[in-house]
Amino acid sequence: MKEVDARGLSCPEPLMMTDEAIKEGAGEFTVLVTEPFQRTNVEKFARSKGKTFTSGEKDGYYTVTVHA
Amino acid sequence: MVLDTKWKLGIAGAASGVLACVLALLGNPRNMAFCIACFIRDTAGALKFHSAAPVQYARPEIAGLILGAFIIAIATKEYKATAGSSPMIRFVLGMCIMIGALAFLGCPLRMVIRMAAGDWNAYVALAGFVCGIATGVFALKRGFSLGRAYVAHKATGYVLPVIALAIFLGLFIPGLYVFSESGPGSMHAPIMVSLVVGLLVGAIAQKSRMCFAGSIRDVILLKNFDLISVIAGLFAVLLVFNIATGRFTPGFTVPGTISHPEHLWNFLGMYTVGIAATLAGGCPLRQLILAAQGSADAGVTVLGMFVGSALCHNFGLAASGTAMNAETQELTLGAVPANGKIAVIVCIVVCLIIAFTQKREEV
Repeated sequence: MKEVDARGLSCPEPLMMTDEAIKEGAGEFTVLVTEPFQRTNVEKFARSKGKTFTSGEKDGYYTVTVHA
Repeated sequence: MVLDTKWKLGIAGAASGVLACVLALLGNPRNMAFCIACFIRDTAGALKFHSAAPVQYARPEIAGLILGAFIIAIATKEYKATAGSSPMIRFVLGMCIMIGALAFLGCPLRMVIRMAAGDWNAYVALAGFVCGIATGVFALKRGFSLGRAYVAHKATGYVLPVIALAIFLGLFIPGLYVFSESGPGSMHAPIMVSLVVGLLVGAIAQKSRMCFAGSIRDVILLKNFDLISVIAGLFAVLLVFNIATGRFTPGFTVPGTISHPEHLWNFLGMYTVGIAATLAGGCPLRQLILAAQGSADAGVTVLGMFVGSALCHNFGLAASGTAMNAETQELTLGAVPANGKIAVIVCIVVCLIIAFTQKREEV
């Protein structure tokens, strides 16, 4: 599964990278972010694109797995 | 509470607008409410980092914004200390934001406040602000990045809130600060009202992600209208308040509004703010909020704004406002001094160099 590593990047880079992954037709992929508000932003963005997602935490970072 | 719909976000903006009106009614300068650039500048003056007599007051709103965002971030588990994303470049961007803002005479928040009061100069500035953001978006699309921030020791993010609290408490020590006896710095709401409004707006801004640069950036880049709902709510409330209380005075040269009619420099001043804020990841207000929720990098941008404001007044970069001589009834138009014009051009060049040399691939 593709991993989009947006950890520590400023707004709007995590959203741009998520957008790129959706446009590339990456299927299911996981976005990694550092800050809680970035996780919420990625979740909202995925929802606005009609995607479902599962959120979690891994090694102190946040993960948002965007479903295909 | 999750602010996840345009309606909720619009209401958050409207609530901030109501709080801005409270400050205007209780003594803050007209059309200023809680301008971030002006109030950081006033605070720098009170702490004697510059000596421009009309603009010296340790604004409790700034401490309130930082502490309000800090407290709610901790309470809602959104606090996380991070650092390491090009701090010195962010310092420079903070200085550019302030130099551009003081050429226009206000941050993006004040631009919206001025727009809602009929100040046409603010609409010229809005055009510049949008162009600056569009330039930043163009750079982002070409891969611009200031690199990654990393998780830092928790205490790193406590520094700015502690400094803000200390500056606020200093207000109660007689003779510690310099306070303006006339001019905008002498006009202020009661200390505790200013603090409480700051705390509330800080909390609202943290939960709503309120950002004046981000709102326009998201529309251009992502066709996302969430953040601009916050600004629309704020603008609507202020417009109604101004019209209802007779404070809506349309024009380019209304005396006492702390504005000037130099269109090119209103445009370029806010162009600078637009590009620098987009590169730094948020407007001056958002930088305060990000810093409060743990970003040491945003904290460095705030320090850049603080130092930038002192530079503006120590080296004669800041614009003057249109004023009426009370005795002669003569109108003196506000203007940007030559030094300020040169500084704005230098800032634009610096921002463009940063925008097109810092790439995500290289980090």
